[in-house]
Amino acid sequence: MTTTPLAVTAPQQGFSPVRILIGIVVLAALIAAPFAVYPVFLMKVMCFALFACAFNLMLGYTGLLSFGHAMFFGGASYICAHTIKVMGFTPELGILAGVAFAAVLGLLVGLLAIKRQGIYFAMVTLALSQMFFFFCLQAKFTGGEDGLQAVPRRAFFGVYDITSDFNLYYAVLVIFLIGFAIIYRAVYSPFGQVLKAIRENEPRAISLGYRAQQYKLLAFVLSAALTGLAGSTKAIVFQLASLTDVAWQMSGEVVLMTLVGGMGTIIGPVVGAAVIVAMQNYLASLGEWVLVIQGVIFVLAVSLFRRGIVGEVIAFVKARKEKAGA
Amino acid sequence: MFELIGVAPQALFGQLLLGLINGAFYAMLSLGLAVIFGLLNVINFTHGAQYMMGAFGAWMALNYLGIPFWGALIVSPIVVAIIGMIIERTLLRRLYNLDHLYGLLLTFGLALIIEGLFRRQYGSSGLPYGNPLPGGTNLGFMFLPNYRAFVVVASLVVCLVTWFVIERTKLGSYLRAATERPDLVQAFGIDVPRMITLTYGFGVGLAALAGVLAAPAYQVSPTMGSNLIIVVFAVVVIGGMGSIMGAIVTGFGLGVVEGLTKVFYPEASSTVIFVIMAIVLMVKPTGLFGTAK
Repeated sequence: MTTTPLAVTAPQQGFSPVRILIGIVVLAALIAAPFAVYPVFLMKVMCFALFACAFNLMLGYTGLLSFGHAMFFGGASYICAHTIKVMGFTPELGILAGVAFAAVLGLLVGLLAIKRQGIYFAMVTLALSQMFFFFCLQAKFTGGEDGLQAVPRRAFFGVYDITSDFNLYYAVLVIFLIGFAIIYRAVYSPFGQVLKAIRENEPRAISLGYRAQQYKLLAFVLSAALTGLAGSTKAIVFQLASLTDVAWQMSGEVVLMTLVGGMGTIIGPVVGAAVIVAMQNYLASLGEWVLVIQGVIFVLAVSLFRRGIVGEVIAFVKARKEKAGA
Repeated sequence: MFELIGVAPQALFGQLLLGLINGAFYAMLSLGLAVIFGLLNVINFTHGAQYMMGAFGAWMALNYLGIPFWGALIVSPIVVAIIGMIIERTLLRRLYNLDHLYGLLLTFGLALIIEGLFRRQYGSSGLPYGNPLPGGTNLGFMFLPNYRAFVVVASLVVCLVTWFVIERTKLGSYLRAATERPDLVQAFGIDVPRMITLTYGFGVGLAALAGVLAAPAYQVSPTMGSNLIIVVFAVVVIGGMGSIMGAIVTGFGLGVVEGLTKVFYPEASSTVIFVIMAIVLMVKPTGLFGTAK
């Protein structure tokens, strides 16, 4: 059975002078950003951007729609908050604990979920994530409806003070860049190419001798672990881990971010996260309308611009190049 | 005997009945999902919202138009089905030749819109809906409320009629044929696009009917659908979407299992269906009644 590919192909890699220049400008802008923009907003964008990039590793590059990534995001957030608040961990150890938890959970869920494909995969991950939600609702250490509040901001490695949002911003920036670099490396490695081959034509990838199931599982664990990194960081930034982070709405939000930005593009989820977080911030006073607007964006994105913002830009540039070449 | 397992028969049969009612809703919803998926290849995420619309339809009919429960039982599903068919014609139809995931994403977006609009209008807390069949019968070992008995019987009848129409009538044979090879069925002169629209309308109507039945049993609330639909997804994964009877049996069966869990180990009652799903995935990934496809 043939279906249209789920995502546009990624732009070519390589380190042309233009790309390096763009990289330097972006980095400089990121370093200067907290002088111009409210740091907490920027940190929120980076947490969700990392979340969406990790999620995109599954949807965009492996072609598997997980509707349960909230369990890794929120689960890691709980573990990070708990280890820091109750067990007295420093932030980097708390994050490490959160990531480790998300990776193990990802392994368990992945082992079950990759037995099915397509929409079944989506339903299985959604159901397992809902199970995890009920677990968090009933477990003692999560604080139930209140969540874990007032997580202390201890110094990173015992030396780097993060009590001010301004200082914390640079720690979060480093975490984001590390996470993004891992994803970039994974996507443009032979491993990433095999994932794309599985996405496009799984039987053929298997016939070429690739163990598709193992590749999918590894991608799932990697995606879960990086999602855990985003969730743990979020717990430190907002000093809070709550049920919102494990609820199914959170899984839907990350799908929306990736879809709006452009699935299967390396930078798309970052753009999508920025757009959605900004929208939530500016429209927060509208209450329930935010849900409606998110739904409308979903419908518009699926009906009209399936390639997402970045995907459309890439397609536009490509079309112009071809025109100029001809 | 009951003393042996340490549970009062009242509690046991009461939860068993509640489980059967939940199972009735699981069965009707998963049945609709399976019928829609068979022909449209779309997992209808809006199903929960349409179930909620059915319940609200009954509430609105009563409070704005004065139509009692028995009228709403007919009017509300038809109205919701018509809205569903409009959605199919205008939005879903454009996605049929794309990856199935887009259908899931579109219907998810629609579910958000519908739920958001209702929450905006009616708030998140539930609205009461009067019981149309008050009273009950004492069966000796338990008290059987009339309305609960009615829900179980009515949904069983609806499910079995659906099964009969799809598996045993000429109309159903067209439907099953179109599920296998829509192109060939079209070539025989049957209007497949119209059939798709009507099938979607039927599946949605089934969800709305379940919603109307649920209105007096539970409260009418905007979030009643999204909580239920995830459980129904797990039911669908457990049963597999290959067979109509499979959906009915799994739905009722899991409702009863859930009810029994409430008696013997209440802490696990909200997760038991997901645990069963995980076990089924390990043992028979295609689902109990599913076929590899």
